Amino acid sequence: MSSPVSAPAPTATDTACMSLENVTISYGSFEAVRNVHLELPKARVTAFIGPSGCGKSTVLRALNRMNDLIPGCSLKGRVVFDGHDIYHPKVDPVEVRRRIGMVFQKPNPFPKTIYENIAFGARINGYRGDMDELVERSLRKAAVWDECKDKLQESGFSLSGGQQQRLCIARAIATEPEVILMDEPCSALDPISTLKIEETMHELKRNYTIIIVTHNMQQAVRVADMTAFFNAEAVEGGSGKVGYLGEFAETEVIFNSPVQQSTLDYVSGRFG
Amino acid sequence: MTRTQTLAPKPSQGFPSREGKSMLFDPSLPRNRINKLCTTVAGTFATIAVLPLLLVLLYVLWNGGRLISPQLFTQLPPAPGMEGGGIGNAIIGTIIVTAIASLIALPVGVGGGIYLSEYSRSGWFAQAVRFANDVLAGVPSIISGVFVYGLIVATRLFFNQSYSAMAGGIALAVLMLPTVIKTTDEGLKLVPQELRWGSYGVGASRFVTITRVILPAAFTPIATGAVLAIARAAGETAPLIFTALFSPFWPEGIFNPIATMSVLIFNFAIMPYEAQNALAWTASFVLVVMILGANLLARWIARAARP
Amino acid sequence: MTSDVAIPRADAFTLRRRPASERLLDIGFRQLTISLAALVGLVLLAIVLTVFHGSQEAMATFGLKFLTTSSWDPVNGTYGAFTAIYGTLVSSLLSLLIAVPLGVGTAIFITENLIPKILRDAIGLMVELLAAIPSVVLGLWAIFVMEPFLRPFLNFLHQSLGWIPLFSTPAQGPGMAPAVLILVVMVLPIITAISRDALNQVPDELRQGAYGVGTTRWGALFSIILPAAVSSITGGVMLALGRAMGETMAVTMIIGNALNFSFSLLAPANTIASMLANQFGEADGIQVSALMYAALILMLLTFTVNVLAQWVVRRLSLRY
Repeated sequence: MSSPVSAPAPTATDTACMSLENVTISYGSFEAVRNVHLELPKARVTAFIGPSGCGKSTVLRALNRMNDLIPGCSLKGRVVFDGHDIYHPKVDPVEVRRRIGMVFQKPNPFPKTIYENIAFGARINGYRGDMDELVERSLRKAAVWDECKDKLQESGFSLSGGQQQRLCIARAIATEPEVILMDEPCSALDPISTLKIEETMHELKRNYTIIIVTHNMQQAVRVADMTAFFNAEAVEGGSGKVGYLGEFAETEVIFNSPVQQSTLDYVSGRFG
Repeated sequence: MTRTQTLAPKPSQGFPSREGKSMLFDPSLPRNRINKLCTTVAGTFATIAVLPLLLVLLYVLWNGGRLISPQLFTQLPPAPGMEGGGIGNAIIGTIIVTAIASLIALPVGVGGGIYLSEYSRSGWFAQAVRFANDVLAGVPSIISGVFVYGLIVATRLFFNQSYSAMAGGIALAVLMLPTVIKTTDEGLKLVPQELRWGSYGVGASRFVTITRVILPAAFTPIATGAVLAIARAAGETAPLIFTALFSPFWPEGIFNPIATMSVLIFNFAIMPYEAQNALAWTASFVLVVMILGANLLARWIARAARP
Repeated sequence: MTSDVAIPRADAFTLRRRPASERLLDIGFRQLTISLAALVGLVLLAIVLTVFHGSQEAMATFGLKFLTTSSWDPVNGTYGAFTAIYGTLVSSLLSLLIAVPLGVGTAIFITENLIPKILRDAIGLMVELLAAIPSVVLGLWAIFVMEPFLRPFLNFLHQSLGWIPLFSTPAQGPGMAPAVLILVVMVLPIITAISRDALNQVPDELRQGAYGVGTTRWGALFSIILPAAVSSITGGVMLALGRAMGETMAVTMIIGNALNFSFSLLAPANTIASMLANQFGEADGIQVSALMYAALILMLLTFTVNVLAQWVVRRLSLRY
């Protein structure tokens, strides 16, 4: 398995794929995460880590406007992708989601056949090529082809949890997005399935920008080139905590020589 | 499948090109047009769905509500062709018949519900009871009237009387029973298992556990269901038209024919006299206010009890 | 030997050993609830037996021809229920044809976050309250408000499409068409409520998955959410069909209770339930038996539909 140390460190020539400019996200009047500035590099794996309630999943879901589906959720600031602020009132969130795919915490295959699970997304994205070939290619890329090849016409629910999650990854890459967001994709899986999905990520980052939220710090070390550490602090006079971006750097730096004490405390297991 | 492995990246093959394509919302896209059309259609359907309630309420309020007066509650309906009069006997009759039905259906239904939830295992008997209950819930209300007519009215079972308030009450009870059983069963199932264990743990008997611990804990859903079932029964007509029949007089005991508001509406609506038609609207007003009031009360009970 | 520790006197717990009376109470209560539960089955059995017994005479006289002949003639004592059976099926099926899109559309509108929550709740409440309005009140409204309002439109249908048998008679008052519309009003709340529950039970992860691959709202609805909810919705539609077939009062008041058969939707018609409501009180002799026979057919129809509804829910939900 390749270690992050051997991965090329991001340099100034890396272009930012997405950038967050002073992003604050609230649920109703409650601020979940505040004043985030972040440049996510292209063709790299970026991990979001941090203690529970620090808003890392909220930020991830903001990147393809999934938070639109939560009533009362609002965002201030700019999220720039491909030169556009994706929160501009004239931007079509459906278009955004077609270019920024997502894999969710719980495997959520559609109640359709395995084949249709892959073909559905491709078809609505206007795919006109060879569908059989696309299904096979996507399943291979997600490292689940061997398990699926003999039962493409069976329900997606007939797979095990880990296989379902890889099916969902295949579903996401079948639409050929530019960015793939993964929200704790391995939290419901056993260690072997987790390992397989991590291998899949290594394979994928040649073509895609991947952003992954994880609770598992070893996983961040294993898969991520860049790591963003989110933290939460109590608000003065308010109830509950508000999240903020603590530190963002190469994974190696975050885990070995972070600038901030709180980052060091977290990655060395002293809190969180 | 003997296809060569095609892991090599082939970006965007087969997909429409994204070059120069903006992310801006384009209302002229087919998908966005379909979206807008579907939302409009669904909104129109929802508007159509609420219209009947508004229109019925409006007319009942206007045609019935404006005729409300004290004499309405104290007088008998007029003879055909005469003016004035009230629906006093029908209001009392509806209360009597509904009370008879409730006195029968509530104890039987709650008892049956207790059996299903607390005693039954998944044996054939419990399954048969559940199935019978579902079937009974689907029996048309008019059939309940036919049944009671055949069993009680035609055979003159009660003191050689044919049509009677009692017969009407029994017909309504048949309709209420499945609802009461179902809401009791479901209400009791909501009571956490720990409460039962706790009660058995201090050595309480089954009877004490059920009557002192579980039933009080499930009071709200059972009461809500009971109020709704009573409200529903109060408005039923079909089971009454040839069991309780109708009477132009004040109630003469529960073994005689009796007037009810619902049958009064039916009889007076198709009469060619304006005074009777007006009384039908007034009775509708009283009935609708009572029933909607009971419905809102049931909702309020359910909400007030929620932590 | 004396001890300082206070030992509870033995008689402080007088019920340590359960007295026989308590055990009897336990057993008696159990037996009581069992018999009350059994009463449900007995009532159902009694209904079937009463109606079956009552229909014997007519069955022996008319046999299966009862189902296919349409003469209902108390003077000569010949009875055939075809008009009423046809009316029952046509009125309920036509009303579902209108009510299903209306109800499912409304359910989508109030579950899928298209409008503010307070409006959604208000629409949901109003549809539920519509279910509470007594049938006889809807019938009154249909006689005095809906049918007179509708008549010009129905007559326009007759004038422009009169060459079709379905519109071949002028609308003169009560008839099949207004009865179908009042049935729509009556089954709409059931269909809406069940569709709403079914849509709410579709897991949110599935919605997110669909949006995640870039579907539009209605794309997700048509291809993912509605297929996932289809078994419950179908079950609800079947239940509504059973309800529509047995619905009595409002239909009786507005359908015209015709004894003659007509293809025209604008002409007076009849259903089994409305025939029972109209004639049972004044019938005697073999007419009572013929009405019981018709009641038996209605019970069989609703029973079949209701059992099918449960079967559909179980059968289709296996696929999800």
